[in-house]
Amino acid sequence: MTVASLCDVVVTTGSFPLLSGVNLTLESGMTYLITGPNGAGKTSLLRLLAGLEVPSRGSGAVLGFDICSTERRELRRHVGWLGHETSFYSDLSPTENLLFAARTTGADADFIPSALERVGLAHRAKVPLKSLSAGQQRRVSLAWLLVRRPQLWLLDEPFASLDDEGRDLISQLITAAQSSGATVVLTSHGALPAETNASSIVMVGGRIVESAS
Amino acid sequence: MRLVLLVAQKDLLIERRSRVLLWQVAPFGLMTLVLCGLAVGPNASTQAKLAPGLFYIVMTLVALLVINRTSQLESSRGTATSVQILGIDPGAVFLGKGLAMFIQLSIVGTALLAGTTVLLHVPLHAAILTLPVLLLATATLSLAGVLYGRIAASSANAGTLLPALALPAFAPVLIAGERAFSSLITSGPLARWVWLLGVALGAYACVGLLLYGALEES
Repeated sequence: MTVASLCDVVVTTGSFPLLSGVNLTLESGMTYLITGPNGAGKTSLLRLLAGLEVPSRGSGAVLGFDICSTERRELRRHVGWLGHETSFYSDLSPTENLLFAARTTGADADFIPSALERVGLAHRAKVPLKSLSAGQQRRVSLAWLLVRRPQLWLLDEPFASLDDEGRDLISQLITAAQSSGATVVLTSHGALPAETNASSIVMVGGRIVESAS
Repeated sequence: MRLVLLVAQKDLLIERRSRVLLWQVAPFGLMTLVLCGLAVGPNASTQAKLAPGLFYIVMTLVALLVINRTSQLESSRGTATSVQILGIDPGAVFLGKGLAMFIQLSIVGTALLAGTTVLLHVPLHAAILTLPVLLLATATLSLAGVLYGRIAASSANAGTLLPALALPAFAPVLIAGERAFSSLITSGPLARWVWLLGVALGAYACVGLLLYGALEES
């Protein structure tokens, strides 16, 4: 089953093209690794798939939602996002942030304690986010993915600013997402753990130059 | 309505944690009020005559601080994306943030009104009667503030852009609030100024509900 299909999509900021003529099809239950040099458009492609960017040309649908229309807002509720600068509200604790997210999206808040425990933050669940390290803040976003259980995981440089334990955790979560039938799309500069078993998408200058499934 | 309350509750919880209102905004407002009193001089009747205008100028400065603070909550790209990905209805975000700002400004405004009464020799009955008008003006400032805060937040120079954008929009609120307060002191006409505030509140509510989503996306 097709999770996402993009046809000749162009995304620009001002007059500068972030993505140029992107054609892509993502299948359900697969894992995709987007690689490419800095400025290749990896993050822009992920943001497009999350409904966070508006195409200036082309067409596409993700999880059945038209990314060129206002359905983008509804799409966002169905994807899981881990950005390399992801952060919730710094004055609120991980629990308060996740409670706010769960209550506003209708996710089951009962999963929050176990999700925080799974990412190793049970002992820091009630301290303000700003007192956590960058790696720990990213774990809060990971905990949100566990609470939300999205059909489509979009992970931007998921291994960045994480220690070995954090990297192992991400690998485990990706494996768990794969076995639950979710589609995972991630970007990375470095090599992935062997067990990740991802199809490669190579980007250069806002274009997909190689796509092997 | 549930989403509106959740957004408002979240903003108020952040304020309760950071205590910016208590330790920065309220003292700034009270100090400005004291300076205004010193600048006007010791004559009690002159102070009472100028009190409504000075009060609303201080309220505007305080409102700008609160608006700037509220609009900065989601200003970092990471936080903005995290919140965007939740896909919350923009109308609920607009009204929720407006409600939280209204509660904060109402608390500071009431404290400033008490300060104005004491420092600038405003008759007590006028101060008490102006309270409902102040709440109406505060609600209008809050909705306008959320709207203009959102516009300014998309700029790299949000802190300096906000006053330039918001002050002209606040002018009708300032004028109507000041005129209503003066009318209560001098027993002048009141209804037209309250009506103007009501129209401004309705206008900002409609414009905000229509445009906030587009501003979030831009």
